[in-house]
This record gives sequence, C-alpha cells and structure tokens, in this order.
Amino acid sequence: MRRWLPGLLLVTPSIIAIAVFVYGMLGWNFRLAMTDKHDEVSEGSFVGLENFVTLWDQKRWGISVDHAIVFTVVFVFGALLLGWLLALLMEKGIRGEGTFRAIYLFPMAISFVATGVVWRWLMNSAQGERAVGLNRLLDGLGLGSFQWGWFRDPDWGMAAMAVPAIWQMSGYVMALFLAGFRGVPEELREAARVDGCTEWGVYRHIVLPLLRPVTLSALIILGHISLKVFDLIVAVSGKQIITDVPAVFMWVAVFDSHDPAKGATIASYIVLAVSVFVIPYLVWTLRRERRS
Amino acid sequence: MTTATKTPPAPGPVRAADPGARARRRARLSRGLRLTVLLVFLVVFLIPIYVLLVTSFKPLTEADPSRAWALPEVWTFEPWRVAWEKLAPGIWNSVLLAVPGSLISAALGSMNGYVLSKWRFPGADVLFTLFLFGMFIPYQGVMIPLVQLLVELNEITRDLTGASGVFYGAIPGLLLAHVVYGIPICTLIFRNYYVTIPDELIEAARVDGAGMLRTYRSVVLPVSGPAFAVVVIWQFTSLWNDFLFAVFLTGPQSWPTTVMLNNIAGAQTVPYSQQMAAALLASIPTMIIYVLLGRFFMRGLMAGALKG
Repeated sequence: MRRWLPGLLLVTPSIIAIAVFVYGMLGWNFRLAMTDKHDEVSEGSFVGLENFVTLWDQKRWGISVDHAIVFTVVFVFGALLLGWLLALLMEKGIRGEGTFRAIYLFPMAISFVATGVVWRWLMNSAQGERAVGLNRLLDGLGLGSFQWGWFRDPDWGMAAMAVPAIWQMSGYVMALFLAGFRGVPEELREAARVDGCTEWGVYRHIVLPLLRPVTLSALIILGHISLKVFDLIVAVSGKQIITDVPAVFMWVAVFDSHDPAKGATIASYIVLAVSVFVIPYLVWTLRRERRS
Repeated sequence: MTTATKTPPAPGPVRAADPGARARRRARLSRGLRLTVLLVFLVVFLIPIYVLLVTSFKPLTEADPSRAWALPEVWTFEPWRVAWEKLAPGIWNSVLLAVPGSLISAALGSMNGYVLSKWRFPGADVLFTLFLFGMFIPYQGVMIPLVQLLVELNEITRDLTGASGVFYGAIPGLLLAHVVYGIPICTLIFRNYYVTIPDELIEAARVDGAGMLRTYRSVVLPVSGPAFAVVVIWQFTSLWNDFLFAVFLTGPQSWPTTVMLNNIAGAQTVPYSQQMAAALLASIPTMIIYVLLGRFFMRGLMAGALKG
C-alpha cells in the first residue's frame, strides 16, 4: 500500500481528466442524444431512442452512411494493398531504401487540409478545354476518354475521395508491414528453405501467418480513421451533399441547423461504429501483453 | 581449368552449374523490376508536391488551364507574399497552441508512463486500457459537451476575473482539449519506452532509500531523451495539423493555420497560386520536422499501432 499509493496519486490528475473528458463526455453526449433538445434554448426532455430511429428517415443521413461505407472500403483496402505492395518490394533491401521510405511516408506529416487544397485542384471535374488537374494530365497522355467528374461523380465520387486519403496513409501501412517483415526471424525462413520450400512457400507459410497481428493493427487504424473522416472532406468539397459523411453531417447539424440533439445522435452513431471493432481489439491487445 | 581431358563435359554438371547463373540473372532481373515499380510509385507520390510548388510560383497571367502542368514562364514570389499576409495570424496562433501544448503533453505522458511501467499500483493494466480507448474515440462523440463545458468555463472566469472569452473561442480552450485528449498516446509512448529500463536499476534506487520522485529524477529522467523527442514531435505535428477541434472550439481571433487555410482555399475568389502557396506555408513547420527528425516522428507513428 505505502509502495504504490504515491504512484496512484501522481496519475490521479490524468485519471480525472480522462474520466471527465472521455467517459463523462461520451455519456453526456449519449444522454443529450436521448432528449428532444432540438434548439439552443430549450431544456430538452428525455425521449429515449427516438432520435436514433427518426434519423434514418432523413434522406441526408442515408446518403452519408452510404458514402462512409464506400469511402471506407476503397480507402482501407486501397491503402492496405498499396502499403503491403510497397513493403513487399522493399523487404529484401533495395538501393536508396531510406529515400523511398522517406518519400512514401512524407504525406503523413502534412495536414489533411493542405492535402485537400491540392487534391481539389487535381480532382477538378472540368473536362476538355477547361480541364485542369488530373483530367488535363489524362488528356495530355492521350487518355482523354478517361476524364471523369472525380468526387463529383454521382456513383463513384466517394471512391475518388478516397484517393487522397490513400496517398496520405499508404506510407504508414508500408512502414507497419516493413517492421513486420523485418521482425520475422531469418532462421525460420532458412529452416523452411532447407525443408524445400520455394520463396513463395516461405512467404505463404512462414511470413504471412506472422504478419496477422500487423495486418489487424493496420485494419483497425485505417478503419477508425475512415469512419470519422472530416478534415479531408471539408477541405476538398466543403459541406456539399455529394460528398457528405456522418462527421460532416454532424457539424452541419450543430452549427447550421442548431440542433444539439441531432448532432449528438449522429456523433453517438460514429462512436458506436468505431467502438464495435476498437474495443475487441484493445481487449485482445491487453490479453496478448499479459501472456508475454 | 585444364584442357588435358578432351572429353566433352557430361550434360549433368553443366546443367547443374547453370541454375546458379540463372538464379543470379533472375535475382538481378527481379531487383531491377522492383526498383522500377518503386520508382513509378515515387513519381506518382510526388505529383501533388510538384503541383503545389509549380503553381505557387505562377503569376496570375499564367492561370490558364492549358498551362496547368507547365513550369512557370515567369517565376514570381507574389502568391507567397499574399498568402503569408493572409495566413500569418493563423500561424502565430498555431505556434501559441502547438509549442506549449506539446511540452505539457510530454510532461504528463512521462509521469503517467513512469508510474504505469515502473511504479505500478493494482489495476494499472486495466486503467491503461481505459486510457487507450481515449486514443481511438471519434472526437465528434465528445464535441458538443466539450463546447458546453468551455462555454461554462468562459462564464466562470468572467465572473472571477472579468476577462471574457478565455476558454471557448480562444487558444487556452483548444490547448486544454489537445492536452487532455493527447494523454493516451503520450502515456503509451512513454510507457513502452520505460518498460525497457531494467527493473534492477529501479530496485537499486529503492534499496538506497530513494522514493518515487527521487528515482524518477535520478534514474528515469536522465535516459528519457528519445521518448521526449518522440512525444514532443508527435504532439506538435498533431496539434499543428488538427482541424476538427479548431473548427468547433475557436473563433476568428483564435483560428489556427488549418482553419485559416481552409477559409482561404474555400473562397472562390482566391487564385490557385495563392491557395497552393498558403497550403505549402501551412505545412512548412511539420515538413521541416519530418525532414530533420523523421526518425522520431516514425517512432511516434509506430506507437500508435500499439506495438510495444
């Protein structure tokens, strides 16, 4: 008791801060979502889960959920694939590896807002004479027929929106996988080769299974970034419905519609979506640490 | 190699020697192929940077779409000058936010990490996991209560000191939010770093009669340099690049760089050259850090993946 009490005291300010700002405020937000406080001034009385149900009647909510799904699928798999490919190409060591690594990772250091500025120009939807950005580049390369509306495309706009996110995050995935590849003991690979495994066989039976934890980490990190994506969308296209996602819709509900209960409901849905796979992941991590 | 024996070599050995050469040739080919693919991706990755740089030096007379990808015929600093004028107040706000913010975060993280790794109390692991969840929460889920709390704090400080608008719509409120929500990641980085300090060192200090704080000062702090570098750099970058908290918690007087940049770029009237120059200006501090201290930045990144 005398041994550990000072430690507990030293961490107490942080414990209180996390308790209030993370758990207290999440609870407060949930409670607000369960009231009918649809303006700035009223008190708001308890209405249960009514807002959670009626939200689905709103066309904009359905659109933003669809968008979030398309964005998440394209972004997560795109970044995962590209990052894995880059890591695989560099895994055996290559001349100038440091430079390659530095440049692939470099977008991570830039804000999504600055990224958004340049990608809005690159993904400008104008075509033909007035085209700038990638449409102009396609035209110049003789691929003019591939010009399209990018994020303004009614069907695949959100897939285009995932491109800058992939540009920004795949270097990170590459770094994770490189660390994973390098963590596979050489003796294991050697042993497999001696047993007559081909290089591909070594990769499939030795390396891949050992990379599972890394892949899971990458999935969780990309997934939770994707579900709360906000900066990038606002920087590229503002508050337009064509690229609406839950986080932007929530911002609109709070600041433009002045509807706290609706904003809190949308926020609660985002929290739930992220929690569904972050909580099991954290529990799994804790268990793995205890075992080792 | 002697030519005493004139018998032609049997096919077997020659074929056996061949695979070695073929394997070497194949290795060379595969290396070349890998390098080519990596170079192609390198070019693709640098396209946005090329666009930013080239466009930011173009005079207004060269704003024609047909010259979109061309180098400027006349290089001009004018867009940079105008962008700097527009962005300067935001950059100053970001400095006021990110410098103290990253230092306070590091101090907190170091203390927490030390206790959770070397001076543990019952339930430390569970507590740490509860902290970590705070790293992954979507901040949308706390934003409305946070705004309400900061508004309350504004009123309390006004009643006490007469100063108005200290927390909500001002830098201190944004700073508070960043420091609090930065606790999990900073604690994680320091904890993972301190775990590698041998327990014998801590025990020896204990046997010598040093208490918790003495041990921290004399044993732990002197070797904490790298972890401090990682956390300060990581937090500085996060605070500098943050947009979500800034949009919700600050007003025109206290807008940091990202919000200012978004306002400049969102205006239809601002020419592309100025937008790109502003985007580059806004990114300069974090880019310098990345180029000079990328190693530490990388380690912060890796910590986010929960790898000890």
